[in-house]
Amino acid sequence: MNKPSEKKGFFATLEENPSADTFLRGLWKDNPVFVQVLGMCPVLAVTNTAENALAMGLATAFVMLMSNVLVSSLRRFIPKQVRIASYILIIATFVTITDYAIMAISVELHKSLGAFISLIVVNCLILSRAEAFASKNTIGRSVLDALGMGVGFTFALLCLGVVREVLGNGSIFGLALFPDTFQEWIVMILPAGGFFTLAIWLLLFNIINQKRAAT
Amino acid sequence: MKEESLWYIFINASLINNFVLAYFLGICPFLGVSGKLETATKMGGAVTFVMLISSVCAYGINAFLTAVGAPFLQLISFIVVIASTVQLVEMFVRKMSPALFRALGIFLPLITTNCAILGLALFQTQKGYGFVESLTYALGAGAGFTLALVLIAGLRERLDFADVPGTVKGTALTLLIAGILSLSFMGFAGLGG
Repeated sequence: MNKPSEKKGFFATLEENPSADTFLRGLWKDNPVFVQVLGMCPVLAVTNTAENALAMGLATAFVMLMSNVLVSSLRRFIPKQVRIASYILIIATFVTITDYAIMAISVELHKSLGAFISLIVVNCLILSRAEAFASKNTIGRSVLDALGMGVGFTFALLCLGVVREVLGNGSIFGLALFPDTFQEWIVMILPAGGFFTLAIWLLLFNIINQKRAAT
Repeated sequence: MKEESLWYIFINASLINNFVLAYFLGICPFLGVSGKLETATKMGGAVTFVMLISSVCAYGINAFLTAVGAPFLQLISFIVVIASTVQLVEMFVRKMSPALFRALGIFLPLITTNCAILGLALFQTQKGYGFVESLTYALGAGAGFTLALVLIAGLRERLDFADVPGTVKGTALTLLIAGILSLSFMGFAGLGG
């Protein structure tokens, strides 16, 4: 029982440091998927394999980082009335860049992610970070926030993607994990599996957080 | 490519490839506004309406952008048109029915960031649908979205009276129901040929 308390102390000292706190917030305490339940569409749609999940997470993190930087640096010039429209335009620009970049890197990956790369535009997570954080904070803090949220989002996507690929396909990152006798749980790759896996992860998060609050 | 009949497009968008339960589009309002049956129905109506308008606009934009040769502007133009449509609907609803306006609350402006609508615009372009086909597709997608929303709202209203353990309550429970609903919607596969 000694180790957990030590770890807690480590996190507590980190939380006192404001910039580390900004970063860590997105990772656990305000995890975009498990705690805030934002940006659910890609979370469920492209996590049927770990590779797709990772690619989607990185793409989203990139868009979030770039748009946070731009929103934060323009925060004094954007009139309040048209701010949401401006944010969406900024985000859409970076999504278009990401879309074409992924197409150039790997046509196959672009095909398997399909329209969901373009749909990063309407990921509520990115807009909510631009509105709630980047528009009020300095560039440096916005970068930290975007990095924390991006890593937290990618982490959550990977949590789902790995579980669904291992159970549904018997492999991880495309490498076979079990002998041929393994019976795949087809349902995990299907849409229904996405709902179930996310529900179970949310449950786990709830239980852990309740236990932490109780102690 | 095989010519798709309008009936098939409609059934495909509303049941077989339901936007919410098969494509995971529009999950945010699906989880957020599905607490009450009445609000869910109206939200479905509003989304269907915005879908129809933006589908027509997207068709026009796409034709124009292809003619000009600037496909990279597609995404930006789509989102701008959808955002202005939502603004229009918002003003309309506020004028016509203040009660509904209050009930929908924050989720009305959030239709802008409803992936179902942008998804619809992107899919219909991808599939190369013509004008009438696009309209049918939008109608089917809207109907499917409303159906899923109403179904889940009905189930959640019943569950309010059920004795559920505290940890499961909330989003986790809704997701479990959605999963079961999604399983049952798979039964529609193969319908309509």
